[in-house]
Amino acid sequence: MIKIVKRDQPSRAIFFFTPVLAIFLTLVAGGLIFFILGFKPFEALKFFFIVPIADKYGFSELLLKATPLCLIAIGLSFCFKSNNWNIGAEGQLTFGAIVSGGVALLFYEQEGFYILPTVILAGAIGGMLYASIPAILKTYFNTNEILVSLMLVYVSKLILDYLVVGPWSNPEGFNFPETRQFSDSAKLPLLFEGLRIHAGIFLALAAVVISWFVFYKTYLGFQMKVSGFSLKTARYAGYKGKKMIILVFLISGACAGLAGVGEITGPIGQLHREISPDYGFTAIIVAFLGRLHPVGIIFASLVVAITYLGAETAQIFMQIPKYTGQVFQGMILFFLLASDYLLFFKIKFIGSKK
Amino acid sequence: MHKFFIRSFVSSLVLLFTFTVAAIAKDVKAAFVYIGPTGDHGWTYQHDVGRKAVEAAGFKTTYVEGVPESADAERVLRQLANSGHDVIFTTSFGYMNPTNKVAKEFPNVKFEHATGYKREHPNVSTYAARFYEGRTILGTIAGTMTKSNVIGYVASFPIPEVIRGINSFTLAAQKVNPNIKTKIVWAFTWYDPGKEAEAAKALIDQGADVIAQHTDSTAIVQIAEKAGVYAFGQASDMDKFAPKAVLTSVENNWGPYYVDRVKAVANGTWSQKDTWHGIGDGMVVISDLDSQMPADLRSKVKKLQADLASGKVHSFTGPIYDQKGNLMVAEGKTADDGMLAGMMTYVKGVEGDIPK
Repeated sequence: MIKIVKRDQPSRAIFFFTPVLAIFLTLVAGGLIFFILGFKPFEALKFFFIVPIADKYGFSELLLKATPLCLIAIGLSFCFKSNNWNIGAEGQLTFGAIVSGGVALLFYEQEGFYILPTVILAGAIGGMLYASIPAILKTYFNTNEILVSLMLVYVSKLILDYLVVGPWSNPEGFNFPETRQFSDSAKLPLLFEGLRIHAGIFLALAAVVISWFVFYKTYLGFQMKVSGFSLKTARYAGYKGKKMIILVFLISGACAGLAGVGEITGPIGQLHREISPDYGFTAIIVAFLGRLHPVGIIFASLVVAITYLGAETAQIFMQIPKYTGQVFQGMILFFLLASDYLLFFKIKFIGSKK
Repeated sequence: MHKFFIRSFVSSLVLLFTFTVAAIAKDVKAAFVYIGPTGDHGWTYQHDVGRKAVEAAGFKTTYVEGVPESADAERVLRQLANSGHDVIFTTSFGYMNPTNKVAKEFPNVKFEHATGYKREHPNVSTYAARFYEGRTILGTIAGTMTKSNVIGYVASFPIPEVIRGINSFTLAAQKVNPNIKTKIVWAFTWYDPGKEAEAAKALIDQGADVIAQHTDSTAIVQIAEKAGVYAFGQASDMDKFAPKAVLTSVENNWGPYYVDRVKAVANGTWSQKDTWHGIGDGMVVISDLDSQMPADLRSKVKKLQADLASGKVHSFTGPIYDQKGNLMVAEGKTADDGMLAGMMTYVKGVEGDIPK
């Protein structure tokens, strides 16, 4: 007989074990889906998860893809840890890219060591400005940050649309919705000849280290944690809640803005309508899969990044529809949420005794 | 005896040669990169129909669908170039820069970019269709069939391609009905059923009883069907989605061009080209004409189609005036390709301004 018993305390071992379990279940379910679709499951999984990163180029593409996901997820973990539900990282990414892209266009065909730092800083500020809107509305007007931050995503995309169609469109570009290509002085340097991985990865790594320090070594980190467990306790302890809400939103916005900078001054090299394949939303999965822990987020961003690459490879070599990549991302989140059940409940196998 | 040997030797050589050529030809692999899903019944769907024609001609093909125009496009292109594909068709404008970038690294792979203007390396060709010729036909039909004299037009982006379509449509409609007005709603998307449907509803509310579209989904013809107004299919024959509303469709027919170019790669005769084909070359196809159209209109359209194909009629024949009444094309002249490629002003009879 099976009996489900509530745990006295959430298990810490299970806390870090469930993401692994979720990935395992995703692989099993994915293999099953491939089998039903008429593909050889092991071959399909090989093309999905191994072939794309089997060479140096593939590995660099994996890091390139994981960089924005990791950066945004680190930022989001500040918000999520402290009970602030910032769903609009995609908007903060877009607005950061707009501001930094604008600065990059200002310096069109100019040289100077100061250009790139200015462009990067502009992106972070853009993201912060955009994230401050839901933060201020939440703290002073009690609005729901989930709705506000989400709606602002669409606003930011419309602003980008307007700019690349109208005032910022390439004067030599026959009115197509894109800006000029940025000058090299405004672009992140590539790390290796022939590979696309760029200096933006250091921004992500710096974010990982800083966030670890803040979470586990500072008073702010402790305050965030307490607010996350119980807002009432935090208030009782006399923490300045409003300040912290605004601060975590600003950090989160800066990270998302920097991710946008990495895309436009890295592999894309200009502004156009599609600068991000919804990294801001996918990063939410990454943040939770990584258990809001900096190291966990690194691994989670690599796992989710590979679902993007694998989907392309599987379509090229096996004609598996590319949208399976999104199915995999969805399944990871689904299984993670489902296996979180084990955090609070344990399953006991009881032999029937008389 | 001697002659017999020579003859058999020669014929076996010929035979061998044919087999080798055939074997080489079959070895050529073509790849296609799509912006949307192959089941969109619009832009991507028609490119995939073209790909199937290449398969039917005996070549191997690969495709990748739903490739965003973000940093991902470049990786997909490089992977295709790296995995034994000899010619790669990139079927959306946003792939222009990645296509040229990857083409530089793979000089032995041919690249064919749809609707772009950059050919930075000798292994990059561009191709597009003269869809405005099809819109001349639609304009003629719309001008005849409208009762309210208001024609709605759902447009995507204010680029020359779309402005040209609006103009050629309006000019043709004016020719058969000088009182018509063309109302434009800019959807700022190529494919978004929700937005397109909203745009169509707005136009119908403003009194339009014929709706034309330069976006790709079937949402507009379905809205027209419900509202009881006429519409035209875009990219593929959309008659089955709205049998009463759809009078005809302008189909994008890429197959002949694709087969041609892949064969050229196989024969080693491929060279850089900028192709702009219309009704005459079969890249733009007009679907069956609906029986709701009067018989004399149908025969008129058939004749117009033949004249556009032969070049006897040009969509932009003067006198053409812009909205302010300035002369754009003088009487008896036709607009040249340079003017068409950079067309950024409305002709007289179009309402509103081009978004800036």
